[in-house]
Amino acid sequence: MKNNNKRPVFLDLTRIHQPVMAVMSIAHRIAGVLLFLAIPFAAYLLDLSLRGAESFAEARALLDHGAVKLFLWLLIWAFAHHFFAGLRYLLIDLDMGVDLATGRRTAMAALGAGAVAFLLGGVLLL
Amino acid sequence: MSRRASGLKAWLLQRLSAVYIALFAFYFLFAMLGGAAQSHEAWRAWLASPMPALAMILFFIALTTHAWVGIRDVLVDYARPLWLRLSLLSVVGVILLGSLSGAVMALLAAR
Repeated sequence: MKNNNKRPVFLDLTRIHQPVMAVMSIAHRIAGVLLFLAIPFAAYLLDLSLRGAESFAEARALLDHGAVKLFLWLLIWAFAHHFFAGLRYLLIDLDMGVDLATGRRTAMAALGAGAVAFLLGGVLLL
Repeated sequence: MSRRASGLKAWLLQRLSAVYIALFAFYFLFAMLGGAAQSHEAWRAWLASPMPALAMILFFIALTTHAWVGIRDVLVDYARPLWLRLSLLSVVGVILLGSLSGAVMALLAAR
């Protein structure tokens, strides 16, 4: 797209500071895309685990694989962040926490809860 | 589909499916803590009983619906030109429909 706008453009990425709600929001999207990628994997695992005792063991072994564990660790963060950020959106839909100060605090809380889940997930998985 | 799942309807679908997914997540977590996946027999028996099987099928329906609306929003925002957006949407649709039917068939076969 051509930009015919004569206004100055300020795009110094090291000096742009996004508000915490924006960080929470983009993280919500990134987490959502990660969770989407997990859906075919989850369906495959479900199918494998129900086929028989041997495939069940195979599914278990798959979950113990290093690269898969790393993906699962990421998914734990993604689910927790998506859950808390989503809960925040639902509450805002119900007119709760709409003002700026509360919105900033709940955005920080969602990011924090995701970080805590990430740490807990690390302890659980590794 | 993109037209049918837009505006108010998509907004509502996204929230209803979100609530179901969240509730199911807790239900599933407690079932796992109770040993539902301890062994193949336990896992199969759990998913062969009507309530968990139905809850799991509804979960996959809610999950794929939620993912469709969400990924569609993301692609509408970032995927340009139109042919690329439509191609990616088709790939996403195939992945989601494949996952949903695979999961449902696996659950039905286990009964």
